Amino acid sequence: MYRYDEFDHDFVQARVAEFSDQVQRRLSGEISEDQFRPLRLMNGVYLQLHAYMLRIAVPYGTLNGKQLRMLGHIARKYDKGYGHFTTRQNIQFNWPALSDIPAILADLASVEMHAIQTSGNCIRNVTADHFAGAAADEVADPRPYAEILRQWSSVHPEFSFLPRKFKIAVTGAERDRAAIQTHDIGLHLKKNAAGELGFAVYVGGGQGRTPMVGRKIREFLPEADLLSYCTAILRVYNLYGRRDNKYKARIKILVHETGVEEITRQVEAEWQELKDAELKLPDADIRAIQAYFAPPALTDRPEGDQAVKLARLDSKGFSEWLDQNVVTHRHPDYAAVTISLKGIGEVPGDASDSQMEAVADIAEKYAFDELRVSHEQNLILPHVARADLKAVYDALVDIGLATANSNLISDIISCPGLDYCALATARSIPIAQEISQRFASLERQREIGELKLKISGCINACGHHHVGHIGILGVEKKGSELYQVTLGGSADENTSVGEIIGRGFSSEEITDAIEQIVETYLGLRLNPQEKFIDAYRRVGPAPFKEALYAGETKAA
Amino acid sequence: MKILTANRLTDGIAVWYADGGWAETVGQADLAHDKAAEDRLEAIGAKAHADNEVVDVNLIDAEVVDGVVEPVRLREKIRAAGPTIRGDLGKQAERAA
Repeated sequence: MYRYDEFDHDFVQARVAEFSDQVQRRLSGEISEDQFRPLRLMNGVYLQLHAYMLRIAVPYGTLNGKQLRMLGHIARKYDKGYGHFTTRQNIQFNWPALSDIPAILADLASVEMHAIQTSGNCIRNVTADHFAGAAADEVADPRPYAEILRQWSSVHPEFSFLPRKFKIAVTGAERDRAAIQTHDIGLHLKKNAAGELGFAVYVGGGQGRTPMVGRKIREFLPEADLLSYCTAILRVYNLYGRRDNKYKARIKILVHETGVEEITRQVEAEWQELKDAELKLPDADIRAIQAYFAPPALTDRPEGDQAVKLARLDSKGFSEWLDQNVVTHRHPDYAAVTISLKGIGEVPGDASDSQMEAVADIAEKYAFDELRVSHEQNLILPHVARADLKAVYDALVDIGLATANSNLISDIISCPGLDYCALATARSIPIAQEISQRFASLERQREIGELKLKISGCINACGHHHVGHIGILGVEKKGSELYQVTLGGSADENTSVGEIIGRGFSSEEITDAIEQIVETYLGLRLNPQEKFIDAYRRVGPAPFKEALYAGETKAA
Repeated sequence: MKILTANRLTDGIAVWYADGGWAETVGQADLAHDKAAEDRLEAIGAKAHADNEVVDVNLIDAEVVDGVVEPVRLREKIRAAGPTIRGDLGKQAERAA
């Protein structure tokens, strides 16, 4: 994985020193909140309902054991014993004191981590497929390009005060696990007919109050042109993006209002000025960054097949976990493991200090010291020998993280909602917990099959409800929480925005409504192989509306 | 009725103005029954903000239940108690202890 060079070390240390000084000056009253607020946001420090919140960057979701152990240490020493993994592959702590933040940042820097650009109107953490480097279906690891983008975008003077925040995601496989079409820029790493690497480029995707699916503006961008082309996009956005209205300031609005043909023309024109200048990536530089992401030396472990077969017979729990949370690796003797942070009735994405430490141990012992955070708020061990799967499973059982529900209805994405967030209008976590408990039976969940349920506690859509197969949006109406349901959203290579199905539901009604939707699906699917999203696309909203609201219409 | 709330600068903890200072619990917060009292609280909040004691100062709706001051809106109830999903955290936990 990537290791800081001398420049990175100096840069992060300098930022820790600078922000520590700013915190001290704030605490002594030398600078006002108005002066301090933009400074703290640039360093990931928010003020939420109960306390400050610190968002720490996990670049492209990649971590090692030492780093995860440090996060556990921070949770214990400075917070309340837990952290929350987010939909942007980052981690948030909910209770740090402002006065402790310099010490936290110093601890983070000691393991090559920071909180830079996790907030503010700049280019945020670049996210990537959580199976990058391990997936059997990728053309190349997308993370070296994410790292190149990170280096380019860190305190980029031209792009530190954009009209609004800016998010980039990159995937290296046809099967999009990084939700690239919901990002300001989405990059799909692929090969052209000549076998050269490059990107399909999407712009203007996003969620929030105006959800939009990204538009493809280039079929194939050679890898050497990554930075010049992204610079061209950012320049057009920086120049023409709206600064008069915060809610219309994202690039998606610019793309929508300008039209994709005109935006493409503007980007291409700007790019013509840039493409053959200093932003062209020398091949040697790309290969040098790629070398940091060299896969671990995976020795053949053919005994895995037999070991897995025997362990399956021995343990039903292991067998179920294997079916649900373990996916194919490009090396046949290995697998990628999803560690579900979605235990039944638990808070989606939360992990305790001791769980973080234990997972770090497991990664070091069985997974070549590599870990990922997924945008679906789970942890991933990307390289585990099949021969070691049972040992990993047993270790996860010991810490309560062996729930076999990856991609099932209880694998819910949920924002923190009104339990923590100052922007939220309704709670999301208790709704996630109740739905998870309602569908606790793994047998029932597996009968339902793949179902992505996503919950946001306000219109900003941090819980990705627009792209949930079933999406739930919590709002406040007449002083009470009300939950609107959208159906048919999707965040993969066939991204779509869900449609509102009808009137919202109270917190007491919402779980019943979800169950009714699921039962309706089970009743109309062609066969058990037809997934919820496919069935919805085939039949549309009518049967679900009928199931949810028919009684009312008749009564009226 | 209104009460004055904010978050303490040093640690961000939610506080309410009560009896001449900032209390960590809402129960005894100073109540404003009329516009003049609201203006007085607002001035106190503005000064505390300027003096760098607190941030995010707001006047919020409150009521008195069984002799104890309680915020009206759910958002403020959660601020006053802690996350509803973690009874072991926030003010509710301190009360229980």
